Amino acid sequence: MKKKWISYPYIIWMILFIIVPLILVLFYSITVRTEDGIIFTLKHYKRFMEPVYLSVLFRSIYLALICTALCLVLGYPMAMILNGRNIKRRNILILLFVIPMWMNFLLRTYAWMTLLERRGLINTFLNMLGFPSMNLLYNNGAVVLGMVYNFLPFMVLPIYSVLNKIDRSVIEAAEDLGANAFTVFRKVIFPLSLPGVISGITMVFMPAVTTFVISRLLGGGQFTLIGNLIEQQFLLVGDWNFGSAISMIMMVIILLSMGIMSKYDQEHEGGGLW
Amino acid sequence: MKKHLKWIYASFIYLFLYAPILILIIYSFNDSRYRGTWNGFTLKWYVQLFQDRQIMNALYYTMAVAVLSSLIATVLGTAGAIGIHHMKKIKKTVVMNLTYLPVVSPDIVTGLSLMILFIFSQVRLGFGSMLLAHITFNTPYVILSVLPKLKQLDKHLYEAALDLGATPAYAFQKVILPEIMPGIITGMLLAFTLSVDDFVISFFTTGSGVSTLSITVYSMARRGINPKINALSTLMFLTVLTLLIIVNKRMSKETTNHHDPSRV
Repeated sequence: MKKKWISYPYIIWMILFIIVPLILVLFYSITVRTEDGIIFTLKHYKRFMEPVYLSVLFRSIYLALICTALCLVLGYPMAMILNGRNIKRRNILILLFVIPMWMNFLLRTYAWMTLLERRGLINTFLNMLGFPSMNLLYNNGAVVLGMVYNFLPFMVLPIYSVLNKIDRSVIEAAEDLGANAFTVFRKVIFPLSLPGVISGITMVFMPAVTTFVISRLLGGGQFTLIGNLIEQQFLLVGDWNFGSAISMIMMVIILLSMGIMSKYDQEHEGGGLW
Repeated sequence: MKKHLKWIYASFIYLFLYAPILILIIYSFNDSRYRGTWNGFTLKWYVQLFQDRQIMNALYYTMAVAVLSSLIATVLGTAGAIGIHHMKKIKKTVVMNLTYLPVVSPDIVTGLSLMILFIFSQVRLGFGSMLLAHITFNTPYVILSVLPKLKQLDKHLYEAALDLGATPAYAFQKVILPEIMPGIITGMLLAFTLSVDDFVISFFTTGSGVSTLSITVYSMARRGINPKINALSTLMFLTVLTLLIIVNKRMSKETTNHHDPSRV
């Protein structure tokens, strides 16, 4: 069958709307427009090395790492519980776990605004108990909470699917050989579940480090992460060159973390294909 | 003891997941503007919602962009998948990497790079540019839904139809299309849902006067709490829930069909 031509519209479309735009971002990040025309420069990348901007980068990575760690600690036990032996009950538990994910992430973030705000439910409850109102919104804690809430399923589901594939007889063998529950977990279950843990870490860290909506809504106006910085450069300041440079840096961070993660993954899988 | 601990932990996680959504829904029926006080049951926020010109416009644009982008993405993606399926190994790998690129790259980069493209090539930002952007991020998902169906397809069926005198177009319509139809429909529903759900890419590629529901929620939420958003959220949640239950049912039906020995 000679039907290759049928995919040409798709390929042209993707080149036009995926490849060309990325090349434009790269182009803007290494050029500057002057009176003599467009010249190549690295000054936008140099500008990013200023402490003001580096601190934004470090804060983004720091908060994303905290969020990833929290998701792992909260999510691993949950994945184990989801992987129960009763199949019917397991399906219901998983369905219940996935449903909130189907809600628009903007609305999920907004839902926390209504809980954490000054006249919100949590503060009303505190007042009823005789405590003064607290500032729960517009700080680091609120941003991390919003991230964990939005991205927890991305950690739990990959771990669950790997746990689900573990051969139960391996666990039984370890038990027969005299290992207690903790040793079985440490020596058998956890090492076997590492691929799931790694893809969970990647899937949580990436959206957490690039978000600008969660930090904008729960962190308030003055609170800036790298995503907000990019948004500001494009939509407020209008400095496309600097905005593009930050976007390129963000892409590199993401590709690097994906690369490191997949390399680590391969080592534990017993070597990749090559 | 251990079992109890398990259930306490699971309940805690489910509470964490559901409490905000349930409270959001409950307060869409609250007669008070403030979350802390409950003034009685009301539907006035829903009434106000449907009287709000801005929100109704956003609903119109959301549906228009979702319907058009999912239809175009389905045609483009199905054709693309058929072509990819017949490609040689190296070319296939290149095109599949191109397909995965928008799936793995952060939304903010996809969104702003498209915005740069549109402004650079002097396309006016608005409904048209947003539609192009939605087609771009939807199509890979159609490809990824249709390709597995093509792999399951018995390639001799098509040849048999040709041998029996069918023209290639007729054979495609009568033999291949019915077989890959479940994948096409799943891809289309997925594209529609993703389009309705999208915020970041729409936010960057739309122009003044054209906003989707997500963008409206974002700009309203930035100004603070508004019970109308709660009503809107409740309706949007129920809609997406219904859609995804349909997609899920289809997918599980397909997997059972796939294991059904009578079909082999």
